[in-house]
Parts: sequence; structure tokens; C-alpha cells
Amino acid sequence: MEGHNPALTYFEGAPLRRAVIAFTAFLGGLIFLLAGPAHAGPAECQGLRGTLKLQGQPVNGAKIAVTTEGGQPVKEVTTNAEGTWDVQVDKPGKYKVTLDVSSLPQNAEVRGGNNVRTPTVYEGNCSTVLYALQAKGAANQQQQEGGESSPFWTQAAQLTFEGLNLGLIIALAALGLSLIYGTTGLTNFAHGELVTLGAILAYAFNIGFGLHLIPAAVIAVIVAGILGYLQDRLFWGQLRRRGTGTIAMMIISIGVALFLRYVFLIFFGGQTEAFAQYTAQPGIEIGPISAAPKNFVAMGIELVVLIVVGFALLRTRTGKAARAVADNPALAASSGINVDRVIRIIWTFGGAIAALAGIMLGLSQNLKYTMGQDILLLIFAGVTLGGLGTAFGALVGSLVVGLFIQVSTLWVPPELKSVGALAVLIIVLLVRPQGILGRRERIG
Amino acid sequence: MHDAETTATTGGGIADRKAAALNAFKDLARDPGVPKPDPILVVDNVVRRFGGLTAVEVNHVEVQRGSITALIGPNGAGKTTFFNQLTGFDTADSGTWTFNGRPMNGVPAHKVARAGMVRTFQLTKALSRLTVLENMRLGAQQQKGENFWRALIPSFWRDQEEEITQRAEELLVRFKLDAKRDDFAGSLSGGQRKLLEMARALMVGPELVMLDEPMAGVNPALTQSLLGHVKDLREQGMTVLFVEHDMDMVRDISDWVIVMAQGAVIAEGPPSTIMSDERVIDAYLGAHHDAPLSESELEAQLQEAEAALEAEIHETEGTTPAPGSAPEPETAEERQK
Amino acid sequence: MDWITIISTTIKAAVGVETVLYAIGAIGLNVHFGYTGLLNFGQAAFMGVAGYGLAVTVTVMGLPFWVGIFVGLVAAVILAILLGIPTLKLRADYLAIVTIAAAEIVRLIFRSVQFKSVFGGSDGQRGFSDGFYALNPYPEGEYGFNLGPVPLLFGHRTMWVLTVGWILIALFSFVVYLLMKSPWGRVLKAIREDEDAVRSLGKSVFSYKMQALVLGGVIGCFGGFIYGLGYASVQPDVFGTETTFYMYTMLILGGAARVLGPVLGSMIFWVLLVLFYNVMTEAVGAGLITFLDTNQVGAMRWILVGLGLILLLIFRPQGILGDKREIAIDARR
Repeated sequence: MEGHNPALTYFEGAPLRRAVIAFTAFLGGLIFLLAGPAHAGPAECQGLRGTLKLQGQPVNGAKIAVTTEGGQPVKEVTTNAEGTWDVQVDKPGKYKVTLDVSSLPQNAEVRGGNNVRTPTVYEGNCSTVLYALQAKGAANQQQQEGGESSPFWTQAAQLTFEGLNLGLIIALAALGLSLIYGTTGLTNFAHGELVTLGAILAYAFNIGFGLHLIPAAVIAVIVAGILGYLQDRLFWGQLRRRGTGTIAMMIISIGVALFLRYVFLIFFGGQTEAFAQYTAQPGIEIGPISAAPKNFVAMGIELVVLIVVGFALLRTRTGKAARAVADNPALAASSGINVDRVIRIIWTFGGAIAALAGIMLGLSQNLKYTMGQDILLLIFAGVTLGGLGTAFGALVGSLVVGLFIQVSTLWVPPELKSVGALAVLIIVLLVRPQGILGRRERIG
Repeated sequence: MHDAETTATTGGGIADRKAAALNAFKDLARDPGVPKPDPILVVDNVVRRFGGLTAVEVNHVEVQRGSITALIGPNGAGKTTFFNQLTGFDTADSGTWTFNGRPMNGVPAHKVARAGMVRTFQLTKALSRLTVLENMRLGAQQQKGENFWRALIPSFWRDQEEEITQRAEELLVRFKLDAKRDDFAGSLSGGQRKLLEMARALMVGPELVMLDEPMAGVNPALTQSLLGHVKDLREQGMTVLFVEHDMDMVRDISDWVIVMAQGAVIAEGPPSTIMSDERVIDAYLGAHHDAPLSESELEAQLQEAEAALEAEIHETEGTTPAPGSAPEPETAEERQK
Repeated sequence: MDWITIISTTIKAAVGVETVLYAIGAIGLNVHFGYTGLLNFGQAAFMGVAGYGLAVTVTVMGLPFWVGIFVGLVAAVILAILLGIPTLKLRADYLAIVTIAAAEIVRLIFRSVQFKSVFGGSDGQRGFSDGFYALNPYPEGEYGFNLGPVPLLFGHRTMWVLTVGWILIALFSFVVYLLMKSPWGRVLKAIREDEDAVRSLGKSVFSYKMQALVLGGVIGCFGGFIYGLGYASVQPDVFGTETTFYMYTMLILGGAARVLGPVLGSMIFWVLLVLFYNVMTEAVGAGLITFLDTNQVGAMRWILVGLGLILLLIFRPQGILGDKREIAIDARR
């Protein structure tokens, strides 16, 4: 892989650098642009809010009591017809929120059983308090489904939307993983930590330095890209030069994953956090789908980034070189492609888009030091489904995984949704071992 | 299984075997798929496609028992793919073939080997982190100690192991590898690995030995000894089918030549005259000089080159050559692919 | 700082319950990864199905202890076969991903609310070890000796678990030793080097890989039994992927493809971990270290595990006992 003749390198530095800068600028501009309308949504706010929904339907009239950390009552509210509630507070700090379980509809219960939350309110910000509701027992669920066909299809549409949302996030992370695999043969178990890294970096700029989430996200993506570059320059590239085998590198990546994960734990802590902005947006309805505007914007950004990257892979010189290297590093090197350089660019991009995936994940769910680890298997599932090492396979595979996970909750209890996706992965490999878009290998 | 070994000494002189083989081919027509007097391997309508590319499409071909048959053809002719089909390493899209009258299509690779049809690989597959002797022992068939439960009690398999070891050592002496018996196979030179692979294949006790480019990557100094070993196989009553590019070698040792081009068998004949055959000249020269390469051919060549390169890289990276015995450089032939 | 306690717990960690159960799991992993080259990242699942097989049989079905052990063993064999059929014909990296996925499926099912009545959800199951302790030959009391001022004592229950555990370690090590000296082991090692070569020599690669997977899984599943019995409970998250990763660390530390590699690796792993944790916690408690709290010390030791794994593979991939020329680590896909 290494040891190519530098004289053969015909890829000029300047266009590449320009491409990187242009791409980053484009990304940044995009986020700014798309964020404009979303930013106008929530007004100045300091307090707690949330939305109660049972199987996509708002829950009206549930009682919620907010007290200070010490137990001093602040306010009691009930949810409105949209299922939302809102409590404004005077002082930032920790509060205790209790959901009165007896005020919930008869068939509803809080998932996990815990009806008390202790969120933190930051100055000038609203924190969202999450309660996941679920139907009590399967019998009730069946009654609902049997009733009419339209709620089922509404739910199916909603879940398809959520599945696409998840699938796009997975695809962002999977693209980098797949390209890195293709070019270096590394099955990177630390890729999940690159996702976490992006989210935590954005969080640090957002909460720590008080930047608005959008510039914070842009900086985080850029920093993550630089870190991706450095990771290859200072670590993986050196290992390749030493001739470390792919299996050894795979196990090394496990070590890296453990290392990073617990470093995050030390600096970030074990709790879940949310970004300062866009945490509690009232949902809007488009057709059968209801979601917060941030989800639409996030999906827009994800789609555009994926399309741009896909276009870059197909049309630009670097992209073509990257695919050539992924296909066959030795052949690519002998035809004059600077393999090391291509790999470094892929690491930079891979790190940056993994970070973007982390930010999007933090936006649609929450931040935790294990968030990357939790999604890593789904990323692997996406990459493997599509065919290891094929960039476009990773996209297709990720979307399939995301959709499958969400849509399967129509029939499968949500806590087991990942089980279904992983089982599908195993079954697909049984039928088509090379993945959806992979190529059969030749022997001899 | 051990017939081949025993007939080695009982068989007639060298001249007899060669004469017998040549005699069998004496009056044969030179058409592709010509019937042989005593075929050991009969192939019918084998087709293998990769996507839109037809890599192999062989209508009919027979291999004469007790002969050395060469399989030649330009790059990308589908020789290795054809080998893979016959030995169960890849599944043919359609077709039938019989070995000693026994149908072999769809039979998995390890059963093909057990039936007595043993192959070697173009890129040697010496088991690098096993010693030379362990490599050899692995080739022996029907080992009691390869059963899980019996493996736990050494007294079940110890006697057989000694027998196997003795047989392995005799072969190692013949192949001049006895001095290396306790070295890791990864420390051997490229040519020595080829020798080891051939010797290991003989441990299986084959009737038909299929050699995929036995000379590729071998130091010229070792070529003569390798040639001698291939001739030896026939003298011991085995049948040899081999893929080779080097026409000198083909002329030197083969009794009959089968020519493939673009996946199909286009001609057969004795080595002395085959290269003057119109169809063969067309295949070698016409395709390359007169007409531009077809799209599919280009792709086939590319694929083969890719596979070869990749395997080569894995092989060179995956081994830990001992100081002073670095693998020999590949021949020009090999690099050109 | 309480050096006596630190020294005592550190020395006890060399033979303790955790060392035993991880060593057993790693011996199984050695059969998979060290000798056969199978990248099984689901070893924790083998331990899990065994532990749960035992727990569920005894607590939910009310059957005797020995039936529980039998059920656990059968569960491990079935898991091996189910895992093997789709994966053993695939490339090594696919196998890694599929085994990790399968292990995660097993864990998620164990902890699901849906099957809470069977597996006990995220709390797991307890109260199934009475049958085991009824066999305890040690009368109540403390066993061990004092090394100068340092007490090295185990309770009679722990003594019983450790006795059984170390007998199992000795037994499995001996079995692995016998097998790897035999022609059977030779086929496994050859598969690790090059499957196609083994096929061309008339051996059914699939069958041998399956045998190796089952053997390693069955050995590993005893680690699950020891866990369940030693702690008198099973919990789903104990059998997560990180557990498998720690076993890989131990295996590589001790030396893969070496009979005693996993045992030595597990001992050193736990001694270092316990020593580090105790010293650091004591130091934080005594106010000697102010930049970390006790929770962060817990995280620190896993950072060290990660770092240790990286450095080992870079600088000494053959581990302590390994022969640099004969390691599976460098085998290419």
C-alpha cells in the first residue's frame, strides 16, 4: 500500500485543498442558511417544557409538577390538546419534574417506570423534559390497531419518516467507515467514538463557550475533520507503515474505542445532556407526519451532505481516486495515485461527517458518552448490508437499517427494534454474503 | 488412495510411460474436445459467468489418463477459472464433468481432493506458520487423529502419525526439502514453497494432479528440478494437468496440449505442432495485434490482474522471511499479468 | 493509605472469581481466535446463554441445579451452531460483525421488558445457586493464610467457587493442550493460515471451524456458570460486548495460541486493574489526588485497558508467552 513513487503523484495539492475548503465552507453556509427559519421558532425562554405522546398521539390533561431541587414547589401544569406543557422559571439551576402517573390515560405508562426527571435549566434557555410513554401490555395495542386502518397508516408514515431520519444519520457515519475500510482494510471499532466526539465537541462549544449551536456545530465538524487527519497522520498511517496486519489493526481500534469512550466519560460525565438550542420545538404536522422543524432541517442537511459527498466521489478526481484505492490499493498505487494522500483525505472527511452524524444524533436524541458505541452496531449493520467497502452500498444499507428499525416497531416492541435490524443483517448475509451492492470475490 | 505411490516403483521405465502416453495420442484429431482412448476427466458444457462476462464456456474436453496435459492460452482465457470450477473452488453456472466416471459437478472442494483430484495454486498457499513437516503431514488422508474425540487420546493416532511422518520425510528428501523440515514454511523461498506445495499435494495420494502455473515466480535455477518432479509424477502413474505460460516448458514436458481462449477450448494437439495451428496463432497473435481487445476481454484481464496483485500483496506481506532467504523476485511473466 | 488492604485484595485478585471466569472465557476464545483464527466477538453471549440457561431453569422452571447446567451447555452449543451456519463461510471481518450483532441480540432479549417474566429484565435473575453451594465440602469459615501482616483469606463459599473454577481451568487447559498437539489441532492451525489450502488437501473447513466454534463456546460457557454461581445472580449487561473485548485483551496479553496464555493474561489483567483501582481510590480518598473523583478513577482504569491493548498489539503482539513467528494476529484476511 505504501512505498509508492512520489514522482508518480499527479494529483496536485492546490485543487484538493481548495476542494476541502470549499466543501467545509459549503457545509457551514448550509447549516447557517437552513438554520435561519428554525431559529425564529422558539422565542426567548427560560424554563422547562415537553410533549407527551402515546403512539404518536398527543396526551391531553396529564398533570406535571415542577419543584426546585430542594423540593420547593414551582408550578403544576397539565398538558394541552397538543400534549405539550411549559413551565417558565426565574432562576437557572436544577429542577425536579414529576409526572402524575394517575393522570395519564388508562392504557398508558411511562417507559422504564420512572416518572421523575431532574433536568437543568440554563440561563435564557428552555430544556426539554422527556417522558416516553407506551401502551400497557400488548392487548391494548392490538385493540387500537384493529379499530381502524388509518391510524396504522399514519403511524407507518410517521415511523417511515423517523426511520429515514435515523437512516440518514447512520449513513453519514457509515460512509466514512466504509471508505476507511475500503482504502485501508481497517474495520474501525472506534468509529462510534468519532460520532460521540463530534457531538461532545459541539456541546463544548455550545455550552462551554456559549456559542450558538450552529457555529458550534460548524467548528466541531471542522475540528473533528482535523482530528481525523491527525489520527491517520500520527497513528493509523504509522501503523500501516509498520506493516501491521488488518486483524491486529481491528483489535487496536477496539483499544482506541475503549480509550476514547472512557476519556469522554471523565470529561463529559455519565449523564445525558442536550444542546442549548432547538431542544424543545413544538411539532409541526406535514400530512400524516408530525415532527419538530429541526428534524426536517437536519434531514435536509444530511441529505445535501450525502449528495455532495456522493457527487464528489463520482465526479471529482479525488473522489475517483478514493474509489479506485478502495477498490484495489495496489492497482491504484501502480497507476499513479498517491494512496497515502487519498487515505488521509478520507480520514479527514470521514472524521468530519462522523462528527456531523454525532451532532445530528445529539439533536434528535440526547448526548451521552456512549452514544457512538450505541449506534456503532447499526453503522456496521448498514455498511455490511451494503457490502463492506462500497461507499454507495453503505448509503443504501444504512437507509435500510434505519427504516427497518423504526418501521418494525409497528409490530415489535420498541426495546427490541435493534434486535430485528441485527437479525435482518445476519439473514441477508446468509442469502447474499457480499452484501447488497458488494462484488463476489474470485479465488486462485 | 495410495495406488499412485506404490505403482511408482512397480511401473515400467521412464521411456515406457512416456511412450505409452504418446502412443495414446498418436492418431488423435486436433479438434477441440477430441475423445481420448482412456479419459480420466471428461468435461461437458461448463459455463461460468461473472456479471455480463463469460469467463468459461467449455463444450467438451477430455484428459487422457497417465499423460501430462498442458492447458495454455493467452491472459484472461479463463484457465484458472476453469481450474476453480473443476476442483470445486468456485461454482459453475452450468455443466457436468466426471472424474473416473464419477460426476463431480457441485461436489465441494475438499471432496474433490479426497476423490483423488488435487490441485495447487498459482500463488502458493504454503501454511506459513506451520513447519514444513506439519505442512506435509496435513496432506495425508483419513487421519484418525483428525477426529475430535480420538484426537484427545494420542494412543489412537500415534502409530498412524509415525507412518505419515515417514512418508512425508521420504517425499521431502525427494524434493530436497528435508533440511528444512522443522522450519516454518513462511521462511522458504518462492521456489521452495512451490516444491512444498507439490509435495504436500502428493501426500493426499492423488490420481490427477492439477498444477496452476507451477513455474510462476520460480528462480530459473529451480526450474529444471521442478520440471523433473512434474515428469516424475507421470512415471509414478499419476495424470498431470497443468496451466503454463512458458512454451518452452510446455514443449519440454507435456504429451498433449489444450488451448483455451476467451473461455473456450479452441484447439488441441501435440506440443510440437500446436503452436503452428492456425487457431492458436489467431488466439495469441490475432487477438493481441490485429484486433483491439474486446470489452469483456479487457475486463477479464483487469480482473485477473487485480486478483493476482491483491493475492501477491497479501502473500508478500503475510510472510516473515528468514534472513538470507528472501523470496525470489517474480518472473517477468508474473509481473506482466 | 491502607496498604495492607491494597496488597491483600491485589494478591487475591490473582486467583479471584473474576480472574477465573475471564480466564475460562478467554481459553474458549483462544480456541476460536488464537488457534483457528475465527474472530468471534460474541464470546460474552456464550457466557450469557449459559448463565441464563442455568438461572432460568432453576428459578423459573424450578428444576434442579444439574439440569440447569445441562440446559446452559445445550444453549451454548445451539448458539454456536446458529452463529456458525451463516458466518463460517464468510470472510473474517464479516464474522466479527455478525458475532458482535448476535451477542447484542442475545443481550437485548435478556434485558427486554417483553421477556421479563423469563429473564428478569435488566435486573436479571438470582437465587439459583443453592444447589451448587449445597455441594460445598468446605465447612463455614475463612480459608487461607496470613502473609506476614497481610491476610489472604476467602470465605467458604468463595473457596468452593474458586476450587471448582481452577479445576475447570486446569481441565480445559489440558484438553486444549492435547487437542493442539494432535492432527485435529493441526487442521485448525492450518485453517488459520489459509482455508483454501486446507480445502485443497481434502479437509472440510466448515466442519472444523464449526467444531472449533462449539468447543470454544462450550468452554466459554463455563465462565458464565462461574459468574452466575460466584455472584449468585446473572444480569444482562454483564454479558455485553465490552466483556468480550476485555477477554481479547487478556488473551493477547498472555499470548494467543498458547495453552496458558489466556490464564496468565487474566491473572495479570486483574492484578494490575485491582492494584491501580485500589491505589487510586485510596489516594483520592486520602486527598492525595484532587483532580479526579472516585467515579473517574473507575473510568481511568478502562482508559488504561484501552491503552494497554493498543500498546500490546503494536509492541508485543505475541503477548508474554507467544512466539513472535507463530502468532495469529498477523494473519491477513
